[in-house]
Amino acid sequence: MLYDLVRWEEKAIYQAAKRKGVDLKLINCRRLHFDLSKDHLEEIGDITLQRCVSYFRGLHLAGLLESKGIDVVNDFHSTLIAGNKLFTTLALIKAQLPVPRTMLSFTPEASLDALDELGYPAVLKPTVGSWGRLVSLLNDRDSAVSVFEHREQMFPLYRVYYLQEKVNRPPRDIRSFVIGDRVVAAIYRISQSSDFRTNTARGGKAENCTIDKELEDISLKAARAIGDGIYGVDIMESPEGLVVHEVNNTIEFKNTVPATGVDIQGLIIEHLLQRSK
Amino acid sequence: MTRNETLKCQDCEGPVVVPNDPMEGEIVSCGDCGASYELVVGENGTFSLNPAEVEGEDWGE
Repeated sequence: MLYDLVRWEEKAIYQAAKRKGVDLKLINCRRLHFDLSKDHLEEIGDITLQRCVSYFRGLHLAGLLESKGIDVVNDFHSTLIAGNKLFTTLALIKAQLPVPRTMLSFTPEASLDALDELGYPAVLKPTVGSWGRLVSLLNDRDSAVSVFEHREQMFPLYRVYYLQEKVNRPPRDIRSFVIGDRVVAAIYRISQSSDFRTNTARGGKAENCTIDKELEDISLKAARAIGDGIYGVDIMESPEGLVVHEVNNTIEFKNTVPATGVDIQGLIIEHLLQRSK
Repeated sequence: MTRNETLKCQDCEGPVVVPNDPMEGEIVSCGDCGASYELVVGENGTFSLNPAEVEGEDWGE
């Protein structure tokens, strides 16, 4: 297992491997350097679970190791797509999945034009980022102008404007967990404050969500639209039905295990064992 | 490997307990002031602390 920091999840995966008698090699990528001309099979192994908390570390590692013939879970292409909300939305649309109406623009002026079409309130998200970080609710034109002014002073990636309709949903969304070809668990993430974001990293509460056929189908299709592997699919309940708004690549499940009783860490180890056969 | 060693916080000198089954890079906190550290495992198996990395803009799932 490749990692940079040890969250609850990395420790749980490590302990699950021990429980199952699997000798999981722990590789702290921050301690390593790689000669690109060399083969890294001996130090890494023929299959590795990529669990970096830093998206860019994980993406570059996946690219490097995959080019050396190592099976990286999740693979480079899936990591690239799932780590970028724009690319994810495009992949979901291509797979004919329902998504919130989304616009892309590159300047504040064009973004205001996009918002005139999209309507207020709308949501502005960084294309790369997680835990609800810098996700902004634009209630009106004045708030949009103000947020765009800040964005224009930031790193170029933040000057890519990914604008999305604010879906009229209950104060919760659904996170389903796909491992291989199975939806193994799902939770409702319920806002606990006036914050419109439901991320458990922002204090959203996790409650078990029953996996019915509709949820199972949309979750599997969304995961398959990105690739093979392990995914967290974020789904909203709109008046028109379920819509997928994100697919996450390095899933966190600290709040899901107690809410659902599902041994996600154990299932990850089993998935790796099966895949390595 | 199971051990419960206590290290000293670099800020307030309070106790930072090494958890069971410690992993290199694991985040540990000072019991007094709450400062966060990454656990470093030396070549001889000894533990030391590095101040935890500040959340990066690309951190997450």
